Amino acid sequence: MARTVAETIKEITRKHLDEDNGLLFGQAISAVGWVNNTVPDCRNIVEFPMADVSNMGIACGAAISGVRPIIVIRFQDFMWLNSSPLVNYAAKTKDIFGTATPIFVRALGQEDAGCTHSGVLHSIFMHMPGFRICSPMTPREYQAAWDDFMSHDDPMYCSEHRSSFDNSEEFETTCHPADVTLIGISAARFQLDQAAALLAQEGVTCNIAHVMQLKPFSAEPVVKALSQSKLGLVVDAGFEICGASQSLAYDLMWRTGRPVKALGLFDRSVGANAESQNRTPSAERIVETVLQTWHEKFAQAQQVSVDISEVRLCSAESCTRGPSTME
Amino acid sequence: MARAVAENIAKQSSSGAPVLDRQEVFRKMCLTRYFEYQVAEAYTRKLIPGVIYLSVGQEAPSAAISQLTPGFSVFVQHRCHSVYLAYGGKPEVLRDELLGKATGCCQGRGGSPSAQDLAIPMFSYHGLIGENIPLGTGYALASKRPGVIYFGDAAAEEDYALTSFGFAATHKLPVLYVCEDNNLSIRTSVAERRSWDICDVAESVGLNTACVDDDPELIHEAVSDLLKRLPAFVNIRTCRHLWHAGVGLDGPPEWDRLDEYRHQVPQADQIEQRVMSYVEQLWQEQLQKQ
Repeated sequence: MARTVAETIKEITRKHLDEDNGLLFGQAISAVGWVNNTVPDCRNIVEFPMADVSNMGIACGAAISGVRPIIVIRFQDFMWLNSSPLVNYAAKTKDIFGTATPIFVRALGQEDAGCTHSGVLHSIFMHMPGFRICSPMTPREYQAAWDDFMSHDDPMYCSEHRSSFDNSEEFETTCHPADVTLIGISAARFQLDQAAALLAQEGVTCNIAHVMQLKPFSAEPVVKALSQSKLGLVVDAGFEICGASQSLAYDLMWRTGRPVKALGLFDRSVGANAESQNRTPSAERIVETVLQTWHEKFAQAQQVSVDISEVRLCSAESCTRGPSTME
Repeated sequence: MARAVAENIAKQSSSGAPVLDRQEVFRKMCLTRYFEYQVAEAYTRKLIPGVIYLSVGQEAPSAAISQLTPGFSVFVQHRCHSVYLAYGGKPEVLRDELLGKATGCCQGRGGSPSAQDLAIPMFSYHGLIGENIPLGTGYALASKRPGVIYFGDAAAEEDYALTSFGFAATHKLPVLYVCEDNNLSIRTSVAERRSWDICDVAESVGLNTACVDDDPELIHEAVSDLLKRLPAFVNIRTCRHLWHAGVGLDGPPEWDRLDEYRHQVPQADQIEQRVMSYVEQLWQEQLQKQ
């Protein structure tokens, strides 16, 4: 039986702590099934107190000594507190001091966990120089992310998502002549196959491209797929405005000359009840966005003949703020 | 590290207490004082880019403690020239850093607050007050090497500083926290900022503590004792002569420890003269190239 992402993380961690004498830091590590069963019960685990800023500073200090620590941040929203030593020290040491602070930050994302436990924040770290940033969603990708960390001396922000932990399948980027290339980041990637199937029913053919390494952005496979199509859509599990989806869409547009749209979370806080939730774009929302964009770019110019009369389009207000109720 | 520790043990008296080398402490104090007078002059002539943080008046703590902590890792704060020079950092490398040259300790990119010498090993500071405290604490945990961390009385108020003290106590880390307490956060006194005593807080989380004036004799005695009981915290009341940043003066300093200490040091005048000449030549040879 194929290994899951959680099992992969656990095995990588066990080897690092037990065989390579690494360190793992975190808060309440043994609680609730050892962080969704991703952490082994072994030596070299240091339980942190509930002192987030200090904790990340201590972990960065350990990184200076060369032990390549892993720090587990159970919910990415906590990165707001933890970010200062990372951004102001770890990410700058190479440029300013000529030294290195290699630390592996396991930042966990999740859906439907309220206003300070549902965030996916890799975008804010992409903005800052000095980081390597990835968002692995498959076992092979996670191993590649770890190998990348171990072969460089930069701090690594690993944007995990709990929805990936049970996944044992691998994703492949498809590259053939198509109408649209759907480009996925983080948990949004689990929506792409269904979105492509729905689009096929509308007569729209798709390539699907997967982005694991956000910074530096490994663009080549995506560019190849996008170059074979007329339109791109980058979908992310984080906020859209100034987010990874917009950043990559801009990058890909310049590289390929194709129009590329971005899609992420609506510009409003994530709440607890059904009315205030703000989830990773669903397959239905991806389809809606593709068809609307297609219509704006091509159908009106009569370059293609996709019938969108049956497609429900969102109003100008809901496109900015999103629907008040998840459907 | 093993050699440094062995040398330190060899310097201990027959009673087991390390012997204070007054002339060496005074030499280090003079080195910082006269080096920084040259920095001030260069800064006034606009030869130094960025902001400078001078240690004039605060030379004693690191001059005295460096004698007791060879082989320790050293984590500094923004006012770091005195610590760098006391621990044996090369003056010409710090000079070049201040002048923004590629031959500086951070290739000229860090400037005044970023003195470092990895051979000590002394690690540079990035500018956010007190963040060197958790960094040094984590380094001690992972490296299992004894460490000394320098910071000021305002940095000690940061929440991440206080929780680092607690972490060191919990894990019994071999760390000496040194608070160079000049009673000022820029110009705001401790009494205006808080009603609590930093030593009380450090002690309450489990650190051994001491609070002394910046007389090298008192520092030596207190730190010698604390080093047997790490992790520990020492608050040293000292007197910053110049502004928080730059070279300005708000009036005569309350005291001048270097001036007071010279009376206790044999051949102090000769030491001072030698250091003055050395530092002046060090700076002039570079400034003439400017």
